[in-house]
Formats: sequence, structure tokens, C-alpha cells
Amino acid sequence: MRRLLNTLYVTMPDAYLACDGENVLVKIEDEIRFRIPVHNLEGIVCFGFAGASPKLMYLCCERGVALSFLTTYGKFMGRITGNISGNVLLRRTQYRWSDDETISSRLSRRFVAAKIINSRAVLHRVLRDHPEIVDNNLRDSLVLLARMPERLERAADGSAIRGIEGEAAHLYFSNFNKLILNQKDDFQMINRNRRPPTDRINALLSFLYTLLTHEVVAALESVGLDPQVGFLHRDRPGRPSLALDVMEEMRPHLVDRLAVTLINRNQISSDGFNVKENGAVIMEDDTRKEVLTAWQKRKQEVITHPYLGEKIPLGLVPYVQALLLARHMRGDMEDYPPFFWK
Amino acid sequence: MMVLITYDVNVTTVSGKSRLRKVAKQCVNYGQRVQNSVFECLLDPTQFAILKNRLEKIINPEKDSVRFYFLGNNWKNRVEHVGTKCGYDPEGVLMI
Repeated sequence: MRRLLNTLYVTMPDAYLACDGENVLVKIEDEIRFRIPVHNLEGIVCFGFAGASPKLMYLCCERGVALSFLTTYGKFMGRITGNISGNVLLRRTQYRWSDDETISSRLSRRFVAAKIINSRAVLHRVLRDHPEIVDNNLRDSLVLLARMPERLERAADGSAIRGIEGEAAHLYFSNFNKLILNQKDDFQMINRNRRPPTDRINALLSFLYTLLTHEVVAALESVGLDPQVGFLHRDRPGRPSLALDVMEEMRPHLVDRLAVTLINRNQISSDGFNVKENGAVIMEDDTRKEVLTAWQKRKQEVITHPYLGEKIPLGLVPYVQALLLARHMRGDMEDYPPFFWK
Repeated sequence: MMVLITYDVNVTTVSGKSRLRKVAKQCVNYGQRVQNSVFECLLDPTQFAILKNRLEKIINPEKDSVRFYFLGNNWKNRVEHVGTKCGYDPEGVLMI
């Protein structure tokens, strides 16, 4: 099994990334602030305008380290990768399957079913841990969500599946506020919105989803799949559709629970967000650091993978799922087992 | 696994000084310099084999020595630090 390596986050806007031999250097005003061997890293994520030397980019490509650039607000701008790994036969299969409505629908059903079951599990915790705040809306939603996997199996085509997915997401997010037990007034979610997020929860979720996308894209590339050609999400220039497909099943457990925990434990507070004139809500530097720290810790939590039965850190889940998907495409496995977590 | 590497290279000659530089350079490539000739390297067994092989080629076995201490995967509770320059944890949160 592959080891989970560390990710280096560069949040200082005046930082410059360079390399020395096998080391990644972070320089601030020509002074070396940090130095780490490249083999300890699996990704470098830069926020804001951090420069990087071509030699470092070369090193990252050579060692398969994903170097991504994000804006200070966490919007993805671009990444540098080397040769696409894996073989062309696998990618061809992926393209053919993506064009094939039957196969696309079958895989889409897997992604969406896992997402619905995992979202339901997140809501279900409220029922168990805090029965006093449960209302009819939540109970009804849980029942409706429980029926959805069955409806999915009957769904005729991709658009029907996407319809059910949208319905499930609506039910899920309409109950999301009940998960917030502390700082209820400051963290209220009316609906899921983005570009720009207009409340603090949406700002937090969008930021964490961006971090997850970075990891899933890197995982798909490392097993030789093309992150841009998906099954549930259709092609759109610049969109990592396959990564978004595979992410669906991980969102509730990896991101949503973490966001809720951060709020409930008062690790982040309303002061850490800025509301702009146009209503956009933006995270401040300290909050972003707090979230990144929590995200790194979250990835190190060890779980027993439901399909493999092996103990792995949560951060390897994207890689394992990418690997299982690639195996399915190669014909080594009958079907793709999505990630279920209760 | 975490490997602690320490070395003693005889620098009375010019070739000794050159060996010292080469040994240090290899160690920097693979790990963190925690003290002048002490390195903490987080390696997998392959990387360790490569590094050891390189170091063996550089040193003069009659005059120099290199020692490897294996702290394993649970190295964090085997290391304690007092004083300045406490370094970073290669498995912890890396943020600048």
C-alpha cells in the first residue's frame, strides 16, 4: 500500500519556492525559511501569489509531486504536472465508457448512491446524538433519502440520476443547520451557494471541497486516469469531471463532518470571515490556517477501508478509490465499489 | 521509518574535507539537519538502502564513520528536544 505523504501549504504571498538538490526550499526575501526533502511530500499547495522556480517545477514533475496554485480565497487557478502516468489503453477505455450511456449511468449510480448513503449517515448522527432537536423535516428527509438508492437503480438515464442527486443534495443541505450545535447565529446555511459563497458555512465548505479536489485530481492522475473525463459530470473545458464524480462519495464524511466539527468546537468563529460589499463571504488568513491544520489532521485519521478491509489514513481514500476505479476499467473487477462510511 | 544519521569524517586532509561536504550533501538531500553532523531522515526501506549505499561509496572506511539509528515508525515518542532550533515534524502540518 502506498504511504500517505505530507502536503506543504504556502500561505505567505511573498514566498518563493526553489529547490536545492533534492530539497524543496521556501524563501522569503532571499532568506531560506524552510527546507524539506521532496520525497516527504506528495503535494505543494500555494495560496496567493507565491513564485516557484522552473527547476522546482521540474523536480515536482519528475517526482510526481502535485504543485497547485490557488488564490488567497482558495479558488483553484492551476497546477503543474509531468507526463500523465499509466497507459493509454486505460485512458481509452475511460473515454469509451464516458461516451457509453449505459456504462456512464451504471457508474454514476454508484457514485450517487454512495453519496446519498453517506449524507444520510451524517444526518443520522443527529438522530442518535441529539434526539432533542430532531424535527419532522429531518425525519422525513431521512426516510426519503433511505428510499433514494432504490429509485436510483430504476433511473433510466444520466439526467434522471442527476435529478435524484440534486434532490438528495437539497434534502441534505436543508437539514444541514441542525448539525450546527454551537455558534448557531453566526453559522446559518440557507442553501448551498458558491461563486461567491454568501454565508460562512458555504465559504468553509467551498474551501474544503477545493482542497479535496486537489487531492482527488492528483490521485486519479497517479493511477493513470484522466481527471477531466467523467461519467456523472459531463465534459466542460477546465472542469475535472471525473474528480468531481469520485469526490461525491467522499464529501459527506471527509469534508462536511469536518466543517461541522470546526464550528461546533469553536475552532473557527464568525470574526474569521469577511463580508464583502457584494455579499461574498471570504475567509481570513488565520481561519484559513486553522482550517488547513484541521484538514491535515483529518487526513491522518486511520479508518478501516470498508471494501479493502485494510487500515488506511483517510487521506489515502481518494487514492484507493481511484485505484479501484482503474482496476474496474482494466477488467480486473466486476464492478466499482464506492466508498461507504457510516 | 525515521532514521537518525550521524557521521564523523576525518578532515585533516583536503580529500577529507571534500568527503565531509559530499556526505553532508547526501544527508541534506534525504532529511533534516537537526545538528551539525546529525540528520533525521524520514525514509522508506528503498530510500534508506540508496542513501546508505551512496554514503558507503563516499567515505573512507579507514578514517571515517557513519552511524544509523533506527527510530521506526513510532519515532515521535522516542525523541525529545531541549533548547533552540527544534526543527519541524515531517509528518505534521507543514504551513508557511
